[in-house]
Amino acid sequence: MILGIDVGGTHTDAVLLDGLIVRKKAKVPTNHEQLLDSLLAVTEEIFSDLGPDVLERVVLSTTMSTNAIVQGTVSPVGMIVAAGPGISPDFLRINDHTHIVSGYANHRGIIVSPVRDEEIDRVVSLIKDAGIDHLGIVGKFSTRNPGIETNIADRTADRFRHVSLGHRMSGNLNFPRRIATTYLNAAVWDIYNSFVNNINRFVSRFDGGYPIYILKADGGTFEIAQSVKCPVQTILSGPAASIMGILSLTECGEDAIALDIGGTTTDIAIFAGGVPLLEPLGVTIEGHKTLIRGLRTRSIGIGGDSRVRCEDGTIIIGPERAGPAAAFGGPAATPTDAMIVLNLAEIGDREKAVAAIDGISHKTGLSMVETAQAIYDSACEKITAAVQAMIREINNEPVYTVHELLEGKTIEPTALYVVGGPAEAMAPRLGELLRCRSEIPEHAEVANAIGAALARTTTELTILADTEQGVLTIVEEGIQIRIDSGFDREKAREVCREHLEKRAISMGARKDEIEIEITEDQSFNMVRGYFTAGKNIRIKGQVKPGLIAGLRKGTEA
Amino acid sequence: MKGTRKTGLIFFPAFDWAISPTHPEREERLLYTQDQVFEEGLLDFDNITEFKPGLATIEDINRIHVCVPDAQSVITESHLISAGGAITAADVVMQGKVDNAFALVRPPGHHAMRIVHGARGFCNINIEAIMIEHIRKKYGHRRVAVVDTDCHHGDGTQDIYWHDPDTLYISIHQDGRTLYPGSGFIEEFGGPNALGYTINIPLPPHTSQEGFLYTLDNLILPILDDYKPDLIINSAGQDNHYTDPITNMNFTAQGYAILNEKLSPHIAVLEGGYSIESALPYVNAGIILAMAGIDYSSVMEPDYDPEAIRQSPQITRYIEQEVKEIYQLWKDRGTKKAEITEGAGYLRRRRGIYYDTDNIEEDQIETIRICEDCGGLLTIDSRASTGNRVFAVIIPGQSCPACRKKGEQFFESIDRGTYDHVYFQDRDRDIYQVK
Ligand SMILES: [Zn+2]
Ligand SMILES: [Zn+2]
Repeated sequence: MILGIDVGGTHTDAVLLDGLIVRKKAKVPTNHEQLLDSLLAVTEEIFSDLGPDVLERVVLSTTMSTNAIVQGTVSPVGMIVAAGPGISPDFLRINDHTHIVSGYANHRGIIVSPVRDEEIDRVVSLIKDAGIDHLGIVGKFSTRNPGIETNIADRTADRFRHVSLGHRMSGNLNFPRRIATTYLNAAVWDIYNSFVNNINRFVSRFDGGYPIYILKADGGTFEIAQSVKCPVQTILSGPAASIMGILSLTECGEDAIALDIGGTTTDIAIFAGGVPLLEPLGVTIEGHKTLIRGLRTRSIGIGGDSRVRCEDGTIIIGPERAGPAAAFGGPAATPTDAMIVLNLAEIGDREKAVAAIDGISHKTGLSMVETAQAIYDSACEKITAAVQAMIREINNEPVYTVHELLEGKTIEPTALYVVGGPAEAMAPRLGELLRCRSEIPEHAEVANAIGAALARTTTELTILADTEQGVLTIVEEGIQIRIDSGFDREKAREVCREHLEKRAISMGARKDEIEIEITEDQSFNMVRGYFTAGKNIRIKGQVKPGLIAGLRKGTEA
Repeated sequence: MKGTRKTGLIFFPAFDWAISPTHPEREERLLYTQDQVFEEGLLDFDNITEFKPGLATIEDINRIHVCVPDAQSVITESHLISAGGAITAADVVMQGKVDNAFALVRPPGHHAMRIVHGARGFCNINIEAIMIEHIRKKYGHRRVAVVDTDCHHGDGTQDIYWHDPDTLYISIHQDGRTLYPGSGFIEEFGGPNALGYTINIPLPPHTSQEGFLYTLDNLILPILDDYKPDLIINSAGQDNHYTDPITNMNFTAQGYAILNEKLSPHIAVLEGGYSIESALPYVNAGIILAMAGIDYSSVMEPDYDPEAIRQSPQITRYIEQEVKEIYQLWKDRGTKKAEITEGAGYLRRRRGIYYDTDNIEEDQIETIRICEDCGGLLTIDSRASTGNRVFAVIIPGQSCPACRKKGEQFFESIDRGTYDHVYFQDRDRDIYQVK
């Protein structure tokens, strides 16, 4: 059996799954000071009549790193940035301890200018003098050649508790994002490590022996020992947990929309043929655009508890929350109150809901019930508009080949999955507006923990081969090897598959369940003068987000 | 990350299209530009937005070209995307979504003339001209200035706007005595009805940043000040770069960025530029930053050495003299017309046009009606080595009633005779007919 735990900002949820069958579920408030207490409380409930020896794996999703970033409780980080020519260094300083140094590689990974040791030594002294123990090193085009970063690391690593290197974060190009990602990785390193220590103390109370996985932002998992190397991958795994939960609780194999309607916000995600879509480059957190692979989600400021008011005859919903719904003693009318008035929900104190909506109807010039209807309609329409905008954006994403432009697939959702408090009241109407069949998955209240439990291990890998230089780079692993001029795309794909499988296994995947997909496959003839000088081959592969082998509703034995 | 202007970027590298595998216009051309644009994170700036190119239509092409035998047979889908990308750039600017836009697309178009029998200088259709006529059709008439900073003379754009006083075409390029297509001399100054509205500025080989910027400051910008166009279009070819393999100039990435900032075009459209590894990544990054009003002072080629490419004092003196001469010509443009027309009703010119990319020769007789009120009714009799012979009756944009009436009557009465096709193009009414 699998134990899935989602340590959320408010609640810690846990489920015990036997295949797809939910054996037990539990929910306790999260105690941020004493995380261990919440974990123990929730598992105690789960194992009240079962022993933990039935477990084959434990999967956790945590907001620890996310919260630390949002609340600014991260560690100070020294950044050494080898920028080279390009955008102004002013855009590259992520904090007061960012130092721009010489040395850089160009787009082909050729080191144009080397690192200067005395410059590095001077910068390291400045960082050490500021009492900083964490270092981030990022070079321009380091995904094409990690040499500059590793040279700097060789000279500095023993002076710091931890060093994060840019090229390890992602194989994608984007220097400012690489800087932000590396910075965040170093910044959450301490906090994340203390979380992992807590978890290890927690599991040591049981009879261990089963692997422990952590959920990442892309809706995949990695083993806890691996997660320590790249803790930044765990940020924003909260929405990913719910989305993976929806995936496991439905028979989604088509283009679909997933909505998580909460108290303050509604999170939107999109599935293409049953696979959740990823952000093209990486997630954004607290204004930092990163290269962290993450599920593509949009959040809008409309939820069940959004404050409703009327200005100049127009009903305005949210984006702020003033408290719970009036029906639960809150200070203002909310969409939840409107749904109670309309008999779409039988919760809370109806009298209080009526009074709150009535208070607004004086300004709308409508009857009390008409006002409730208008609030409900407006909330549904706003969510619909946001979903449609997101789909439009996805369908208008630029492409770079004639073939893709002419044959480009577009997302046309036919199903809508809704979880969250107001799901039941809003799903039918939203389905109508979005022209989709709507569905509320079972166990929706613990979808996040289920999602964490069932998510498979994901990873990606970038292979670059430059036969003119005779170099093959396995980007995320920081490996460069010699190749001969006969090296071709076919061989590059093979290298990609082989190393991707190794990487997935090291992340915690079981060999028999690794499904590799090649996502980018290009080979360019490099012509200099009128002669072909070599090939520039670019391959990307991934194990895409999905459920661990065989587990999906409708595939149950 | 912020800049001062909202800039639209239409990026279409056409990674699956080439004229031939080792042709300069091949899949790899914008590969390293893409690398640089992505690595610099240019698309993450709040004021830079990428737009997916639309597809141009056959109607868009027929609005300005006469393709033989028809548009479908002289283009590939890639041309529709590249012209479509330029149109998208125009749309986002005209609709106020952005302040300016850069269509970083391929294949290019500025060697494509009005009549198209095939490809010349890697160009099949003129993507700027198609874009300009799209703007006029969709948003109303505009006075447009095209500043062509490609190293080759943009003989196609010059041909299309030769008779149009509402489209000022300024080309700065390497002297035609030393480079393809061998035209673009000072004396090429516009047709009789549009005298002065074609300006050619041939520069000597090895001109560097200094010479380009001198010409910009002392000639191009003053002329634009006089002309007061509604829109400025930059045909942003990048083959003036000191590393370009098929030209002999010494321009730089910094120079291109400064030029772009001073010119401040509403729309820039990529033309040539074949130093795909050493120049294009840096030039394009510089242009994008300059358009968006973001500090570009750190954009530089890895091997940049100003001393190695400094221009000689002779070149400096030559350019100063030439700039003076051309500006005087521009000032005197109004007085020249009478000299040239000498009261004639029609003027005729006969030309040979060579399509180097497709190895086609064309013999063309062009007849223009001398008109005080519009660009003038134009007819073209064209015979190509493909065996095709066609005749075209072209009524210009903003045409006067007399030119229109004569053109309509002419097309009505003309017999196909020995011609394979007879075409009728009326830009104002967006009519295109074939007999
Ligand atoms: Zn050119
Ligand atoms: Zn006329």
